[in-house]
Amino acid sequence: MISESTRLKMRELAKRYPNPRSALLPMLHLVQAEQDEVTTEGMAACAEELDITSAEVTAVATFYTMYKYSPVGRHHIGVCINTLCGLLGGDAVYERVAERLGASHNGPSADGNFWLERIECQAACTHAPVMTVDWEFMDDVTPQSAVALIDKLASGEEVWSTRGPMIRDFQATEHTLAMAEDDLATVGNYVDEKMLAGLKIAKSGAQQ
Amino acid sequence: MKLTPVITQHWDDPTLYTLDGYKSHGGYEALAKALKSDPDSIIATIKDSGLRGRGGAGFPTGLKWSFVPQNDGKPHYLVVNADESEPGACKDIPIMMANPHALVEGVIITSFAIRANHAFIYIRGEVPAAIRKVAYAVKQAREAGLIGKNIQGSGFDLEVTVHSGAGAYICGEETALLDSLEGYRGQPRLKPPFPAVAGLYSSPTVINNVETIANIPYIIDRGVEWFREFGTEKSPGFKVFAVSGHVQRPGIYEAPLGITMRELLDYAGGMRPGAELKFWIPGGSSVPMLTADHLDLPLTYEAMAEAGTMLGTGTPMVFDHTVSVVKAVTRWLEFYKHESCGKCTPCREGTYWITGVLEKFEHGHGTENEMETLTTLCGQIAGRSFCALGDAAATPYPAAMKYFSHEFTAATHTSADEQFDPIASYVFSGARA
Repeated sequence: MISESTRLKMRELAKRYPNPRSALLPMLHLVQAEQDEVTTEGMAACAEELDITSAEVTAVATFYTMYKYSPVGRHHIGVCINTLCGLLGGDAVYERVAERLGASHNGPSADGNFWLERIECQAACTHAPVMTVDWEFMDDVTPQSAVALIDKLASGEEVWSTRGPMIRDFQATEHTLAMAEDDLATVGNYVDEKMLAGLKIAKSGAQQ
Repeated sequence: MKLTPVITQHWDDPTLYTLDGYKSHGGYEALAKALKSDPDSIIATIKDSGLRGRGGAGFPTGLKWSFVPQNDGKPHYLVVNADESEPGACKDIPIMMANPHALVEGVIITSFAIRANHAFIYIRGEVPAAIRKVAYAVKQAREAGLIGKNIQGSGFDLEVTVHSGAGAYICGEETALLDSLEGYRGQPRLKPPFPAVAGLYSSPTVINNVETIANIPYIIDRGVEWFREFGTEKSPGFKVFAVSGHVQRPGIYEAPLGITMRELLDYAGGMRPGAELKFWIPGGSSVPMLTADHLDLPLTYEAMAEAGTMLGTGTPMVFDHTVSVVKAVTRWLEFYKHESCGKCTPCREGTYWITGVLEKFEHGHGTENEMETLTTLCGQIAGRSFCALGDAAATPYPAAMKYFSHEFTAATHTSADEQFDPIASYVFSGARA
C-alpha cells in the first residue's frame, strides 16, 4: 500500500518540473524507497498522480535497470564487471561474493537480506575493482575484503563507504535518489588520495 | 609538461564542497562579474576561449550556446549531462564530489548567458554520493541568494533542479537524456531539429557536460588570454585526466591539453613492476585503442583524430601485457549489447550478433571466416545506427584487429584465458589460493 505521505512526496516531486511527468524517474525511486521494490500498485500510484496510464509507467520503469520487481532486501550489492574492473580482479570479486551470498546476477541472496548485481561502469575506474553497497562506493576491493564487508553487513556492524557516508540500507538510498535531503553531504570523506594524486605532485614541486 | 590543477586546485581543502569553503578560494566572484556583464558578451567570451565540450565529442561550447535563438519568446533550458557512464570515464563524478560549487556557479553563469531561467542537472542514479553533494551545493547557493529570484539584484531569475536517473548508459546521449528527463524511456531523438532549437519540452536547450560547465567560472574570472595559455590552438585549456588500469598510481591528474600519455604515465608512477604497456584508450571504450607506439602524441582533439582515435572523455585506461585483447573487446561488446536501447535495428541486432561471435573467440571456438563476419557486422553498424552508441559498439573490434589480429587468430583454437592467465591481470595478490 502506497502511504499518503509518499503520495504527498510524489506531488512535491512533480512540482519541481515545468511538466509533472518529468518527475516519473524520481517517483519510481520513491516507490522503491517505501516498498523495497517497484510494485504494481506503486506504478499505479505514479500513473494516477501524473494522469497517465499504468502501461505507460510500466513501459518506462522496465527500461531502467535500477528498478527491481521483487524485494531487494536490506542491502543492494553491486560488483563492477565491465572490462577494466572485471579484468583487474572484479571477476574474482563477483565470484566470491556470489558464493558468499548464495545469489546469482540480479537476484536475492539465499536469506533474502541482500540483492546481488553485476554492474556496469560505475565511473570510478581509478579505484578498480569497484563494488557498491546500496550504491555507495566501496573502492579497491579484493575478494577477501569484499566477503569480509558482506560478513560485517550481515552481522549489522557499522560500515562506511570508502568515499561517502556510513551505509544505511537500500531503501534509505532510494530516498536519496528520490531527492529527499538525507543530511549526509557533510558526513564522511568523499575525496581520497587517488583524487588528489595529481594535485599532490603539483604542490610538491616534483614536476618535469 | 607540468600538471596544472585548476578545477582540482583546492581539492585537498576538506571544506571546498561548502559554500564558505568554495568562496574562500574566490568562488562566485566570476558570477558577480558575469551578472554585471551582458549575456551576449559571455557567449562571445566562451567562443573566444575556444573551450570544447569535455563530454567526448569536443564540440566548441560557445558555438553551441550561440545556436540558441534569442528573443524567441520561448523558455530556454540548460541541461547538465552528469550521466557519466562511459567505461573508463571517471572525472565528472569526482568533480561533483569534490568541487560541486564550480559546477553550480558554472550552471548559473551559463543559464544567464543563454537566457535560461530553469536549469537541470541530470545525474546518473547509481551515484548517490554525487547527487548528495550537488544537491547540497544547490541548496546552499539557493539559501545565499545565488539561485532564485533576482539573483544579486541583477533581475535574473533561475531555478536549478537536480534530477536522478535510474540506470541506462544511453541517457548520456543528449537527446536520450532529454527523453528520460521528460519521464520517458531514454531513447535518442532524430536530429534535426537539434536541442538548441527544440530540446527539453520542445524548447531551445543547451546540453553540456559537467567538466565543460565547471570550466566556465574559471574562464570568466581569469579571462580568455589566461585560458589560452594552456593547450593548443585547436584544443585550448586544461583537462581533468583520470588515469586508470595497470599503473602504479591511478588517479586524477589535471594538465594542459597537449600533454602526452608518456608524461601522464610518468606522473602515475609508470606501469606496475615487471609490466609492459600493451594497449591504452585515450577516452572511454567508445574510442579506438592505441599502443606504446603512440605514447608521445599530444593528448589533443586534433592529434588523437590524426592517430585514428579520439580524445573522448580524456580518461586513459591502461592495460599491460597480461591482458587478453579478445577478452577485453568481448566484455565491451557485452556492455554495448546490454545498453543498446533497442530503438534501431543495426544497433539492437548488431550488438547481439557481434557479441555472440566474439564470445566464441573468447572460448577459443572462433573461425577464420568469423573474423570476416565480425568486420562485416561492424561495418553494418557504423554510420547506420540511430545514435553514436551503435558507432561506439562497432569501434573496439576493428581497432583491436589493427594491432592484435594474431590474438583473434589464436582464439580460433585457444581460449582467451588459456592465452592469458586472468589472475595475472588482477591488481591484488592471493587470488590463486
